Amino acid sequence: MDLKRRFISNFLTDDRWKYLWNGLGVTLKVTFFAVLLGILLGVIIAIVRSTYEKNSSSMRMGFGKMILVFLNFLCKVYLTIIRGTPVVVQLMIMYYVILASSTNKVLVAILAFGINSGAYVAEIFRSGIMSIDAGQFEAGRSLGFNFVQTMRYIIVPQAFKNVLPALANEFIVLLKETSVAGYVALADLTKGGDIIRSRTYDAFMPLIGVALIYLILVMFFTWLVGKLERRLRSSER
Amino acid sequence: MSDNQTLIKVENLQKHYNGGAIKALDGINTEIKQGEVVVVIGPSGSGKSTFLRCLNLLEVPTGGSIFFEGVDITDEKTNINIHRQKMGMVFQHFNLFPHMTILKNMIIAPMKLRKKSEAEATELAMGLLRRVGLEDRANAYPSQLSGGQKQRIAIVRALCMEPEVMLFDEPTSALDPEMVGEVLEVMKQLAKDNMTMVVVTHEMGFAREVGTRVMFMADGKQVEEGTPAEIFDNPKSDRLQTFLAKVL
Ligand SMILES: Nc1ncnc2c1ncn2[C@@H]1O[C@H](COP(=O)(O)OP(=O)(O)OP(=O)(O)O)[C@@H](O)[C@H]1O
Ligand SMILES: [Mg+2]
Repeated sequence: MDLKRRFISNFLTDDRWKYLWNGLGVTLKVTFFAVLLGILLGVIIAIVRSTYEKNSSSMRMGFGKMILVFLNFLCKVYLTIIRGTPVVVQLMIMYYVILASSTNKVLVAILAFGINSGAYVAEIFRSGIMSIDAGQFEAGRSLGFNFVQTMRYIIVPQAFKNVLPALANEFIVLLKETSVAGYVALADLTKGGDIIRSRTYDAFMPLIGVALIYLILVMFFTWLVGKLERRLRSSER
Repeated sequence: MSDNQTLIKVENLQKHYNGGAIKALDGINTEIKQGEVVVVIGPSGSGKSTFLRCLNLLEVPTGGSIFFEGVDITDEKTNINIHRQKMGMVFQHFNLFPHMTILKNMIIAPMKLRKKSEAEATELAMGLLRRVGLEDRANAYPSQLSGGQKQRIAIVRALCMEPEVMLFDEPTSALDPEMVGEVLEVMKQLAKDNMTMVVVTHEMGFAREVGTRVMFMADGKQVEEGTPAEIFDNPKSDRLQTFLAKVL
């Protein structure tokens, strides 16, 4: 009886479930676009890094090599900073320092989590590119494709397929990681539960509710990734 | 074009590794004329692959020059991508693109690089597939083919760019013995159609029958060069005699 009353007051009174529902929307939106941004950044960084690793020793000294060395240095700085600091701190720096004038919290969160995720996607993708046989690259170049075309048509699609399950996992990791978005007062799922708690002075119901929603989402996406992996494996001819 | 126009001219070509400690190529000079089939033979590690891969700059030479249709392609200002479009290459391990169908493997380069329409590129590709008897495999993926079929596809994929010269690096070495013949047959046909070819191979029968010139390499140098008859029936150097005694 008591549980029922608490359920009603936490979720139904004043349409409080809407905090969770809207928060869930924000969480999914931030996660989705952050992963997209992370993939974009990660692919570029992975291409720079693997090109440097594979070719820098055999390249002629010249303009092209100087650019490559410089880009590789930039990427290394980025990876070091992103992986060496907590994501909450990065988020707060983005909100209070870099984009202090922006009022679009969702955008700030997408940028912060996307830039963070890029560092991890880069490593996933780099291993994907390095696992492609060098003969694929040579075959592309021997047909007359330039470096970028060879990457675009031949290497990246194969690498992408190889790392698709790992990328999907990154999505799941990020889904949980964005729960710290409340630090910049973004009304995501976790924050939604917290708002309810501050209204009803009941911690149990809203927090357990939030945890359950995350759990169900993670289990669903994990199941999806598993399905994807099985399909990829069976299409491996 | 006349039959004896020079297509490729190689001058004092060098490829050194580890600051000159390894001389994979040590001053190669040769000319390859239109319609010639130059077969490169030699012991393992003699620099055959390095020589072939230098011709389209997959390996960057450390010295000397390569002129393709009169243009020095080792010059840094030369856009090598344009010239590579006219130099087809076939690898020992086929290197087909596993994520594309056979047809896509063949039409992607003509479409993206020579701006052919899909219909145009497909027509050319299907014609070539028919010539090697694989038109029914157009929509298969590379992994669904046998080694011999893969290598025949690799050859016609290169031909789709309508190259001036075809470079082969041991195209039959990774094949089961019963599949060697079908690939050599395609290459023979190509030679008959007057394609200029540079072929690294251990198939001495092919060298003798199809080659217009045989180049014997050892230690990064061209030790002996001549017609198949000169090389196989009248070897002059000790190195070549020893080599032939082992392989024939
Ligand atoms: N990246 C490299 N670094 C150092 N040495 C190399 C490198 N690539 C090739 N070499 C050396 O250059 C020499 C020529 O090699 P190459 O592959 O051209 O020989 P090959 O005649 O094709 O031999 P095979 O018949 O075994 O294919 C060899 O001694 C090889 O060890
Ligand atoms: Mg070789």
